[in-house]
Amino acid sequence: MNLAGREGSPAVLGEFPVDFGRFVREAAGSGGLVVQPRMGFGTPTEMRAGLAATKRAPARTVGTVTLDSFTRVGELEAVEHALRHGIGLNGYPIVTYPDEVTRSVLQGIRGADFPVQVRHGSATPMDIFASLVRLRLNATEGGPVSYCLPYGRTPLADSVRNWEHCSRRYARLRDLGVEPHVETFGGCMLGQLCPPSQLIAISLLEALFFHHHGVRSLSLSYAQQTSHEQDREAVLALRRLCAEFLPTDNWHIVVYAYMGVFPVTEHGAYGLLGDAARLAVETGAARLIVKTVAESRRIPTVADNVAALSHADTVARGVRPLPEAGDPAAAGDSRTYEEARSLVEAVLNLGDDIGRALLDAFRTGCLDIPYCVHPDNAQRSRSFIDADGRLEWADTGRMPLGHRVRSRRARTVTAAGLLTDLSYVRTRYDRERAAHAVPADAERIAVTPEREPRRHGAPNSPDRAGTA
Amino acid sequence: MSSPHTSPARPAEREPGHDTARARGLVVVSGVASDAHTWNLVFLQLLIEELGYEVVNLGPCVPDEMLVEECRLLEPDLVVISSVNGHGHQDGLRLIGRLRACESLVATPVAIGGKLAISDDNAERIARELAAAGYDAVFPDGAAGVAEFRNFVGVLPRPSLTAGSRSGA
Ligand code: B12
Repeated sequence: MNLAGREGSPAVLGEFPVDFGRFVREAAGSGGLVVQPRMGFGTPTEMRAGLAATKRAPARTVGTVTLDSFTRVGELEAVEHALRHGIGLNGYPIVTYPDEVTRSVLQGIRGADFPVQVRHGSATPMDIFASLVRLRLNATEGGPVSYCLPYGRTPLADSVRNWEHCSRRYARLRDLGVEPHVETFGGCMLGQLCPPSQLIAISLLEALFFHHHGVRSLSLSYAQQTSHEQDREAVLALRRLCAEFLPTDNWHIVVYAYMGVFPVTEHGAYGLLGDAARLAVETGAARLIVKTVAESRRIPTVADNVAALSHADTVARGVRPLPEAGDPAAAGDSRTYEEARSLVEAVLNLGDDIGRALLDAFRTGCLDIPYCVHPDNAQRSRSFIDADGRLEWADTGRMPLGHRVRSRRARTVTAAGLLTDLSYVRTRYDRERAAHAVPADAERIAVTPEREPRRHGAPNSPDRAGTA
Repeated sequence: MSSPHTSPARPAEREPGHDTARARGLVVVSGVASDAHTWNLVFLQLLIEELGYEVVNLGPCVPDEMLVEECRLLEPDLVVISSVNGHGHQDGLRLIGRLRACESLVATPVAIGGKLAISDDNAERIARELAAAGYDAVFPDGAAGVAEFRNFVGVLPRPSLTAGSRSGA
């Protein structure tokens, strides 16, 4: 590709960004996992530096702009206050900065070889989508359920309405020649202790919701849980359900490194991240969202993120897909698949309008997220980690799983008991001192911008930032 | 314990009078306006219930006005604020001003804890600022936090004891 032309017309590049979904599928199809940080900084300078470093990282990467949580809840005055007083924000306030500022953050970094996704966590995302559309930021993440129930007190009905509106608006980017991409966050509900079958059911239902409202380029998330075996089963089940239910081929699976209480040690954090990379490759997922050694404590630095991307890439290169990954249906019906399918069918049977069906499902307890305190969640279900480390149902409440799962007698939940379950993964990985748990290639962990990136698609782009 | 309170209550769901006769008092647990995290709130609710108090858990993303209003109505013996998303410092400073501006809440014990900023660099200064602004106790994230919090709760005045509580806990 002739880069001179691109550098000469950067505005045009911004106007016609690549389809994020297609980019990832092509990159992964050529034999490698795409890795991505969950990165967001409060100042344009840091945000730009973070994107540039992600692009340069020795791995096949895509970029992320994660928004701060004042912006997520629409507290724009608090953003102003923080910016005026130099108080650190936990993400990039895209609605507050003038569009020129954000354009200058992306300028020359975002490109055909480096798409950028915006991640937030808002059930009232109208202003955010307005910014995305104006800036032609054509990849984002969310869901009417997954950006509502774990994220505050917006009523689910409002969230469904808001997300319908925003999905349609986003879909109209196609009229301008831009393909919008949305990733479901449903595979991460509450970060932890939500059994895999329900995660993949919600992820799939949200993808159907987006498709229903016009989005044609999709990805479906699944977050690593407590058991590697069970996680493999879950990703394969999700892929099979996608093939069965999604009316498009433009989808891929994104695995998230563990989204719950993270190990505090370096070997623990890298061990867990490495297992997430392994899971992604084994099961035929195309993309991995990484977590860093700083996860248990504070917002990670750019260097923390680059180290994580590099480690995940190195581990991924040493792993081969499972035989079942070629044809997830051939593996037969796992229990995770059966449970998830029961949930999906039960919700789809509630009506043709998927938003309404989701509302009814939560109202009647057909879907019920363990430990989710949102007023629109039935709060009858409970989960637990069994002796083999699998995340199972202790109580299925009114979900249509009675015939598949025998609810165990709910144990009394104590503060200490809850903390033990929440810390199960942390404890295990912090203890393990297996050889594979140290950074796979310590030397590559150092930020080495001068090193030639191994990158798919555009092997020798001069910076890819257009300045080289 | 086997009361229904051992499973976390819905936010803002309260069962008036339930167990209050036996409880040591009433505690409001709350997140702050921008913070969506809830595991911290569920954990604190259980912990404080196990210390013998009745808990009203307001849940995450509680707007300042709502928290002030709930506290005025409930007249709790203690308010526990938790934030882990890194904005707790800013949200918390604004919030305590509003609570203390309310006449009936001038002397109510209010504690705050969690991961209160996006880095550990200024943890001490931030804790001092929050205390100076009106919090009775600040518990920055860390192993010691929860143990210190138990001690703090242990020495709170116990209004319902003097009202003749027969707490069997
Ligand atoms: C699960 C999780 C989520 C889930 C939350 C789901 C839910 N409804 O709760 C999801 C995925 C939705 C999420 C979202 C976000 N998260 Co989050 N999340 C976590 C994670 C992985 C675990 C938190 C947890 O469940 N802990 C279990 C509970 C029981 O413990 P705890 O919260 O740590 O609290 C302990 C102590 O702090 C203490 N404590 C807490 N409060 C109080 C109060 C008092 C008075 C006392 C005495 C003690 C006390 O008691 C607890 C037990 O020891 C942490 C990282 C980690 N710890 O591994 C990040 C983390 C808290 N999240 C973080 C951030 C920034 C976010 C986001 C803004 C997204 C982003 N930019 O990454 C959004 C928040 C949006 C918003 N509006 O707030 C950051 C905060 C950074 C900081 N403070 O510097 C963390 C640390 C990750 C990181 N390193 O970046 N998150």
